[in-house]
Amino acid sequence: MSTIRIRARVQGDVTEVRALIRHPMETGQRKDKKTGQAIPAHFIQQVNCEHNGKNVMTANWSASISTNPYLAFDLKDAKAGDTVKISWSDNTGKSDAADVKVG
Amino acid sequence: MNMKRRVFLKGTLASGTVAVALGAGLLTSGQVLASWPESAFGPRSFSDALKNLHKSDQLSASDKIEIEAPDIAENGMVVPITVKTSLGNVESIQILVEKGNSPLSSSFEMTPAVAGFVSTRIKMGQTSDVVAVVKSGGKLYSARKEVKVTIGGCGG
Repeated sequence: MSTIRIRARVQGDVTEVRALIRHPMETGQRKDKKTGQAIPAHFIQQVNCEHNGKNVMTANWSASISTNPYLAFDLKDAKAGDTVKISWSDNTGKSDAADVKVG
Repeated sequence: MNMKRRVFLKGTLASGTVAVALGAGLLTSGQVLASWPESAFGPRSFSDALKNLHKSDQLSASDKIEIEAPDIAENGMVVPITVKTSLGNVESIQILVEKGNSPLSSSFEMTPAVAGFVSTRIKMGQTSDVVAVVKSGGKLYSARKEVKVTIGGCGG
């Protein structure tokens, strides 16, 4: 199952894109309460957003984005049936992608 | 001494990531060009973060930027931040926490295909001004809003 949930809807002049990503977003500053060991940093660094295969926005993130990140933006020239794709990559080399049709 | 080691370790990790991604064929060359601006996320000073990203920390206050954020955040782990701007030709939007350990929280590279609007949720360790920077037509504009944090969300 994808770590990304996307919703894209035409609302008036724009298409609202709302996404939730499942990710721990560890800062590297927290300690495991039982062992006292530092929990290594593990966070999404880059999120790419595409509309019909063309990059429209790139988000660069630090570990200060909250756990299970939320991202919202508005597309100017999208219409129902278009494809919106969101992909992320984190500091450990993991990545994921998902797409959705504009409704 | 410690900080330098930190930066070095972060650097090693980050370049490793790109190498792995390239090796796996996950990134096309176009995406590699817009690489993660590591040097802007490292500094502990607000102005160094801006200088490393934009080569300038000169901000003009603008009433065309609006920050939506709570006046009081009861839980610093999840502080919703929305930045809206009516400025034209928006090239990028940054969200910074002035008193944060690393002030630059996020940077959004915009294109003409998206409206001047981004929304996300950030962690805040203490009460601070949240600063939104908008790069428009090569110039930096900003707005700020104080968010009071009752329980911090950095560290454990």
